[in-house]
Formats: sequence, C-alpha cells, structure tokens
Amino acid sequence: MVVKVYGPIMAACPQRVMACLLEKDVEFEIVHVDLEAEEHKTSDFLLRQPFGQVPAIEDGDFKLFESRAIIRYYAAKYEERGPNLLGNSLEGRALVDQWLEVEAHNFNDLVYTLVLQLVVLPRMGKHGDVVLARSCEQKLEKVFDIYEQRLSNATYLAGDSFTLADLSHLPGIRYLVNDAGMGHLVAERKHVNAWWEAISNRSAWKKLMKLVNY
Amino acid sequence: MVVKVYGPAYASPKRVLVCFIEKEIEFETVPLDLLKGEHKDPEFLKLQPFGTVPVTEDGDYILFESRAIMRYYAEKYKSQGTDLLGKTIEERGQVENWLEVEAHSYNPPIYTLTLQILFSSKLGFPCDENLVKESEEKLAKVLDVYEEKLSKSKYLAGDFFSLADLSHLPFTQYLVGKMGKEYMIRSRKHVSAWWDDISSRPSWQKVLQLYPVPF
Repeated sequence: MVVKVYGPIMAACPQRVMACLLEKDVEFEIVHVDLEAEEHKTSDFLLRQPFGQVPAIEDGDFKLFESRAIIRYYAAKYEERGPNLLGNSLEGRALVDQWLEVEAHNFNDLVYTLVLQLVVLPRMGKHGDVVLARSCEQKLEKVFDIYEQRLSNATYLAGDSFTLADLSHLPGIRYLVNDAGMGHLVAERKHVNAWWEAISNRSAWKKLMKLVNY
Repeated sequence: MVVKVYGPAYASPKRVLVCFIEKEIEFETVPLDLLKGEHKDPEFLKLQPFGTVPVTEDGDYILFESRAIMRYYAEKYKSQGTDLLGKTIEERGQVENWLEVEAHSYNPPIYTLTLQILFSSKLGFPCDENLVKESEEKLAKVLDVYEEKLSKSKYLAGDFFSLADLSHLPFTQYLVGKMGKEYMIRSRKHVSAWWDDISSRPSWQKVLQLYPVPF
C-alpha cells in the first residue's frame, strides 16, 4: 500500500514529509494540490485537512495532517528501517522533539514570512514587503547564532546523528539559500555551514531535489 | 532527585505542570519573573538560549520547549498515571497531529491576544486593537474547526484525553478568565463541553490552585 502525500511537490511542508519517507525508504505517491487554483480551499480538500493546508497523508484507512506529526509517525512506525531519525533513547528522542519544536516556533515563521515577501509574492507578480523581510532576516541572524553555538558542541542539532530535527530544516534552508538570496546566513557561520553541507548532501534529500526538478 | 520546572507562574510552563500531575511525577518549581526580564539573564540563557520558559532540569538532563518536555515525560512514565499518548502508533499519530494543530493554528492567535490584552500595559506598550481584532477572528475560525471535530469525537485525538487536549489548558484559561472572551468557547456547543471536561480535571484545578496567574 503506497502512502499518498497530498500537496504540491514544490511546497516546503510536503517536502518535509517526502524527505522523511525517502530516508525511511517508504514508497509514496504525490497527489498534486493546486494552491494557485485554491484547491486547498475546496470542500473536498477541507474534509481531508480542515485548516486548508498542505500536506495531508492517506495510508490505507489512516489519515494524518501536520508535517511534523506525519514525520514523527513514520519515523516511529519504521524505526527499524533506514537511519534512526528519533535518537537512541528516550532522552535522545526528547532532544529531537526539543529541536523540532525550536524549528517550528523560532525558525519556521521567520523563514516563511521572508520567503513569502522576497520570493513567492514577486513570482505572483505582486510586491513583497522588503522592510518586513529585512526584519525577519535580522531575527534569523540571531537564531542562526544560537544554532552556530549549538552545532559547535554537537555535529547535529539533537546530538551525534542526523534526526528529524535536522531534516525539518531542509526545505526552509533550501528556499533561503537558493531562492531568497540569504546564503550568507549559512555561509558566514562555520558550524552551520558544515551542518548544511552534510544534511543537504544526503542521498534522500538529493533524490527529492531530482524529483522536484530543481 | 526531583525534576525542577522553571517559570511556573506563566502559561507555557503550566502545560508541563499539569502533565506532571496527570503522570503522578514529583516536581519542584523555580520561580522566574518575566516582567523583570529574568529570562534574559545570562545564567538562564545558558539553560535556554532562546530565553523562554519553561525549562526542566532533571539532575543533569535539561530540556526546553513545553511540548517536547510533555512528550518525553508522558513516554518515560507511560506505565503510571493517565495515558496521554494513545495506545497504538496510529493513536499517537493522531495525538501528534492535534498537538501540532494547537502549536501552529491555535497558539499563535491566542498568544497574541494574551500578550496584547493581558501583558501590554505591564510591558509598557499600548494594546494594538487591530491586532486583537485580527487574532480573535483567526482564533474563531480555528474554534469552528474544533467544533466540527469535537462533534465527532469526545477529545481532539479520538475518544481519549491526551497531550493534544492538555496543551490547550493554560492559554484557554486566560481566554475564558481575565481576557473576558468566554463567549468564544460557550457559543460553540461541543467546544464548550470539551472545555468543561478538560478544565475540571483535578490535575488542572490543582495547577490553578498552586500557581495562580501572576496578576
């Protein structure tokens, strides 16, 4: 039974899920959702995800939404397969959850807002708020300073191995570096830069990049 | 060795406190005065580099982010107290789903309302009425989704009380209490019943009694 992932392949949150499924070697198919045509606001889609957001998954009868819930589910379900994305102990798992929460609360909204203003709105022929983007950039500098400190003490965010905490950052940082002209945030920080090199060169992530056709 | 919880007077740490009481975990609290800026002290930033509460200190083991802390202790003490994570991987998946909903859809508008209505004057800035109006509208839409969901199951993740429901307690208490917006809950039949159910749990009543709101 193949997992269905609902959402456009270009969007960051579905990418978070797909990266995880690729790491765990879980077969999936992408069911495209046309955000520009507002397919995510149709009553059919709202039955699947009542907040009108992507992604959602359907695995036989089992349905889930929220990308960070989906990745936790599959990382636990397929614990024995592929890399261990949840840490090696309860304490290790808690550090994964801690840094996943950090990504969700301290990192994600800043990246989302910045990319919306500098990349997405202009692509739609609209004006982005450059002042707002600059404010996000300044706040992200402070967040990346904390990451730099953390990664000077550990190879990955939750410790010595790659986990969901690192994976969760992949789509957003790719947007920052490749599309929003914010590569300096990574390149100017020695440990963040080494970490980004390591995680973005993983074969699962590279497979996804090929699928998306970047 | 008893686990310490920093900042018990505030809402996010209360997620951890109510979780500990449900799981029958002994704890101590370490008060922190956010209005005095104690969360930005260099000593505290060594524990939590983002300068927010809660933090837990369990011997040498330090954790931050309330939802990460709850998940850890709920799993570690799975066999005692209330089961807060569901019985199967799929049930846990639903708990995670609705915990994420709380974190991403419910918490941002209710946090903004809390900051603007309850804390702005104490922190020395004027309450932004437009932001309040916007946040209330956003929260109303989320509560409409909850109303629909809770018409189909007793709790958010299914027919069992879980971390997903528990996570809503502290800020919703502000909403129905000092913020004077109880009507947002009461005007929705299933949300209202759910709120009565979860807020009357002895664990939450104990938290309210032991750690009253700081003003």
